[in-house]
Amino acid sequence: MVERTRGIDIACHGILILGGLLVCLPIYFAFVVGSHTVSEVLTVPPPWLPGHAFFANAATAWEKGNLGRLFVNSFIVAVGIAVGKIAVSLLSAFAVAYFRFRWRMLAFWLIFVSLMLPVEVRILPTYEAVANVALPLQWLIDALDVGRWLGIEIALDWNMMNSYGGLILPLIASATATFLFRQFFLTVPEELAEAARIDGASPLRFFWSVLLPLSVSNIVALGIILFLYGWNQYLWPLLFTTDKSMATAVVGLKDLIPQSDTEPAWNIAMNAALLVMLPPVVVVVALQRWLVKGLVDAGK
Amino acid sequence: MRASTSLSPAIPGPVVTAPRQRRPTPAGGTRGLKRSHFREARLPFLLLLPQLLVLLLFFFIPALRALSQSFVLTDPFGNSVQFVWFDNFRRLLASPEYRASIGVTFWFTLAQNALTIVVSLVLAFATDRILRGRGFYRSIILLPYAIAPVIAGILWAFLFNTAVGPISFILHGVGIDWDPNRHGIDAFLLVTFAASWKHICYDYIFLIAALLSVPASLLEAAAVDGAGPLLRFARISLPMIGPTIFFLVVMNFVYGFFETFAIVDAVTHGGPGGATMILVYKVYIDGFVHIDLGSSAAQSVLMMIFALVLTVLQFRYVERNVNYDV
Repeated sequence: MVERTRGIDIACHGILILGGLLVCLPIYFAFVVGSHTVSEVLTVPPPWLPGHAFFANAATAWEKGNLGRLFVNSFIVAVGIAVGKIAVSLLSAFAVAYFRFRWRMLAFWLIFVSLMLPVEVRILPTYEAVANVALPLQWLIDALDVGRWLGIEIALDWNMMNSYGGLILPLIASATATFLFRQFFLTVPEELAEAARIDGASPLRFFWSVLLPLSVSNIVALGIILFLYGWNQYLWPLLFTTDKSMATAVVGLKDLIPQSDTEPAWNIAMNAALLVMLPPVVVVVALQRWLVKGLVDAGK
Repeated sequence: MRASTSLSPAIPGPVVTAPRQRRPTPAGGTRGLKRSHFREARLPFLLLLPQLLVLLLFFFIPALRALSQSFVLTDPFGNSVQFVWFDNFRRLLASPEYRASIGVTFWFTLAQNALTIVVSLVLAFATDRILRGRGFYRSIILLPYAIAPVIAGILWAFLFNTAVGPISFILHGVGIDWDPNRHGIDAFLLVTFAASWKHICYDYIFLIAALLSVPASLLEAAAVDGAGPLLRFARISLPMIGPTIFFLVVMNFVYGFFETFAIVDAVTHGGPGGATMILVYKVYIDGFVHIDLGSSAAQSVLMMIFALVLTVLQFRYVERNVNYDV
């Protein structure tokens, strides 16, 4: 820094320690409660220090919440969403940045407009769309009266509820990721495409052998953010999984939270909360540098 | 240079055009297009197909359905459908519950936004000042980014739970009648804290990156002129990171409006007495619990309009920072 200001520096450390404590406070108490028995949790005053029943509670939570199965679901969904979003966005960004074709700007705007339609504002119709993906096709068939020509009644029904497809597919369109890759492609030197063409490479060859290797660091950074996004999804899996064994860990957690008329097993619930947040926390702590890069890049 | 016209468009391969040359662009325009690009008619459509298909099925058709449903009245059994023009909207805007929900959402997003920005600014300023331990503090403050909003809600709901929560124990001890199940204001504060706690890390990361990009020479010159750290922050750093703050305020609104659904669902279910019934939660309740399709669709449409405004604001930030004509 420019000058030495002891007082302010100490104050800054004080502020940061305070901030850190505020961040840790809820996590610490989740750990405290998660390591006590129910009767200890209900004592007055409540326990302030960790107890000894953490692993016993973890075992109970794991079994009671069917967390083994839900963790597998969460992993599949989170990885599926991350990989799907990146693949779909890379291809679209490549098309928009590297090809000159009719409707190019239209495609660009269609993707951009989707930013205005967050899941939350179109819950009900999207729910219907997933309950029967073939619905638009059905309308088309009804409108054209195809059934009468063929002499049969056509009733299409493709229900994606309670399937990994239903949990993943509606979430893999991403305007943000498409923009990120497009911006990156625009900074790639023009000479590379020219050289590839002179060497006789097809567009796909160029994409696969030149662009993709160049994008690795962006893909990793974005992949981390999208993994967290997928793991932490709530509304979507809540609506589309009526079958409890197809729920994700975050959604399943809610069933463990004591309601007013049940046994107040907060120790189990908080222990489970810690378990469910563990994978993303490990990702954030271990891959922090990449996460920060991804966040700042995606915001640009 | 006539390189681009001398090549037949039928031959796939990059077309090199001179950077300054602006020809009439019948096919698509060249904004944001690489100078050395390919010309193929079908391949780009195939590349775009997956994204556009998903968008069509799960974004555009549902949005259009919400739009069409918002103008009709469907009876609960789905037998009769009646076109009612703007009746759903009129009914919605006249209903006291919806007006109350707008008010709650307004104050909630505002409080959450202010709390998040101020705290993250203070933390970012402090981090920017210190020399040692930056990485350590950053790791800790970044933790909530990993935590799902619903889990953040559960953690805070426990802390302030009237029966078992340690913080409400302290509050009761000093004579505060804390009860988020009965007092609307308590529930409102609880949801606001949980939402801000979860989101401070996001703003913090951006502010640190922005503060690092403030030119050191400016700060040093000001220091030589006798400006102290706080004055330099207020007069130099803050104006220079203005666009970032603007962007973060917009992002905080987006977060507050749409992503806090899980927190409300975990902590208060919109209660007590609608004190935390934010708009996204109301769409969900009206659509899935009360099965009032027309009203839910009308609410969706109003929120889409609102999301449109936020997106335009967001785009202004993007435009200011990124030069599309490469």
